[in-house]
Amino acid sequence: MKILVPVKRVIDYNVKARVRADGSGVDLANVKMSMNPFDEIAVEEAIRLKEKGAADEVVVVSIGVKQAQETLRTALAMGADRAILVVAAEDVGTDIEPLAVAKILKAVVDAEAPRLVIAGKQAIDNDMNATGQMLAALLGWGQATFASKLEIADDSAKVTREVDGGLQTIKVRLPAIVTADLRLNEPRYASLPNIMKAKKKPLEEKTAADYGVDVSPRLEVVSTREPEGRSAGIKVGSVDELVSKLKEAGVI
Amino acid sequence: MAVLLLGEVTSGVLNRDATAKAVAAVGALGDVTVLCAGAHAREAAAEAATIQGVAKVLVAEAPAYGHRLAEPTAALLAALAGEYEHIAAPATTDAKNVMPRVAALLDVMVIPEVSKVIDAATFERPVYAGNAIQTVRSRDGKKVITLRTASFEAAGTGGAAPVGEATLADDPGLSSWLSDEVAASDRPELTSAKRVVSGGRALGSKEQFALIEALADKLGAAVGASRAAVDSGYAPNDWQVGQTGKVVAPELYVAVGISGAIQHLAGMKDSKVIVAINKDEEAPIFQIADYGLVGDLFTVVPELTGKV
Ligand SMILES: Cc1cc2nc3c(=O)[nH]c(=O)nc-3n(C[C@H](O)[C@H](O)[C@H](O)COP(=O)(O)OP(=O)(O)OC[C@H]3O[C@@H](n4cnc5c(N)ncnc54)[C@H](O)[C@@H]3O)c2cc1C
Ligand SMILES: Nc1ncnc2c1ncn2[C@@H]1O[C@H](COP(=O)(O)O)[C@@H](O)[C@H]1O
Repeated sequence: MKILVPVKRVIDYNVKARVRADGSGVDLANVKMSMNPFDEIAVEEAIRLKEKGAADEVVVVSIGVKQAQETLRTALAMGADRAILVVAAEDVGTDIEPLAVAKILKAVVDAEAPRLVIAGKQAIDNDMNATGQMLAALLGWGQATFASKLEIADDSAKVTREVDGGLQTIKVRLPAIVTADLRLNEPRYASLPNIMKAKKKPLEEKTAADYGVDVSPRLEVVSTREPEGRSAGIKVGSVDELVSKLKEAGVI
Repeated sequence: MAVLLLGEVTSGVLNRDATAKAVAAVGALGDVTVLCAGAHAREAAAEAATIQGVAKVLVAEAPAYGHRLAEPTAALLAALAGEYEHIAAPATTDAKNVMPRVAALLDVMVIPEVSKVIDAATFERPVYAGNAIQTVRSRDGKKVITLRTASFEAAGTGGAAPVGEATLADDPGLSSWLSDEVAASDRPELTSAKRVVSGGRALGSKEQFALIEALADKLGAAVGASRAAVDSGYAPNDWQVGQTGKVVAPELYVAVGISGAIQHLAGMKDSKVIVAINKDEEAPIFQIADYGLVGDLFTVVPELTGKV
């Protein structure tokens, strides 16, 4: 079984995004970029399935600017076998929307014929939480989103999902799309020898045009602003003072 | 101009709070038809009909809709979409599972977690864990949106909308339900509670997390948790507050032993009054807290529980 894992290059999760003063977006110049944390989890899961013998090849794909090759190299160093970079933007500030990403991924799936796609649940930059579901729709496949546990049987996957009420377990027929939630696994760090080895693994470069996908956005970003700030509060010296402040504020 | 809104129905019961908030959010966009889908959805539909501002309710009752599996529900919404300009839902995990699939079936973008409706095509939504607010204008003919419930007041009661039958769509039969693990609780529901008490990694164990629950029960509050507390098994996953957990905006939010990572703040910084209890006076949570108390939670929390 081949597994395809889409990985996105995003602002590092430790960095606080800064809005440009002119409202034109978030400043990404000279900002540390990393693999989307959910995608690290997705890559880890795919590699574990391969290590268990449930999969024989893990292919990673990233869509965006050329620098996304670094992200793909990271995935290769973790243990993925092969990578595909789809260049679809020139400027780091250009985000490709989930619908366009899903269309490109559909074309990649048509060419690669994986039986399972494991995506992240959400990209931590645009917070869309949409690509996996959209890809499933375009392919006419079943989907198991927000996965915290995944087991592969012959022709199906048993997936435990994190939902508002707790946990739900479903069975989805393969081929299918799974999206990874935080507690699916703890991703490994790539070792130095594996980082060296990853440099020699195949990384194929394509463009959005190769797949005939129009990536022009459906949602025009009119402006980007900072959220309303909170005015600085006070420190209280004791539980009694806290209780009286909360009574004054009318919240207890 | 009309809106089709997916009501939040779980095991036959309408989540009135989430649905009524979504109804209020889209009220200005046109007549709102609420769709209640489920293996049992008739009672939920009758309840949805009483939400102020609902023009019509549609029931889709069939076993296939029983567990809110994405494929049949998305197929149903896509089939019904024809006459509506907006297809909306509260941004619950169920809707976040379904709505992007609906959007792709209609070849439009989804607009997730809308926090403000500006006009029929223009919406505000938080991005980058709430560190930026984007205004987006849709170029699509149909707009598929989910609404961040914490940003809207719930529509009132007293409506009396007519209830009709939806034309059912075929079940693609791609997935099936196996089981649910749901903890029943008498506490208020996290996303609609007026007060929330949350605990972090500092609680140290599931047993000690009971300190948070005792304070919450004294305050009539819901219980929340940081990711670290959930990852460590001190609290169940559905208590997680944050960028990828639940978004809450209660009148009172008490953060105990939580450092205040941006991903946690993303889920609670719109609360009216924030209290932080942390032994590290430099903890970032204090930068957004209205009232900060520096101290050891293991002495402070029991004292507080005794005094409120
Ligand atoms: C992709 C991604 C998504 C994420 N999503 C979320 C999310 O939705 N929600 C979320 O919460 N996090 C999320 N996180 C995790 C987040 O980055 C932090 O790691 C997490 O919030 C930390 O939890 P914490 O504050 O409980 O633990 P810590 O950061 O370890 O903080 C513990 C705090 O307790 C204090 N403390 C210790 N002992 C005591 C004591 N005895 N008395 C009082 N105070 C004490 C310490 O001073 C410290 O400030 C996400 C991370 C990633 C990468
Ligand atoms: N540009 C991209 N390149 C590769 N994968 C992506 C891209 N955008 C989104 N994805 C995948 O889709 C998931 C969800 O992203 P989103 O729908 O944007 O929140 C991510 O975690 C990735 O697995």
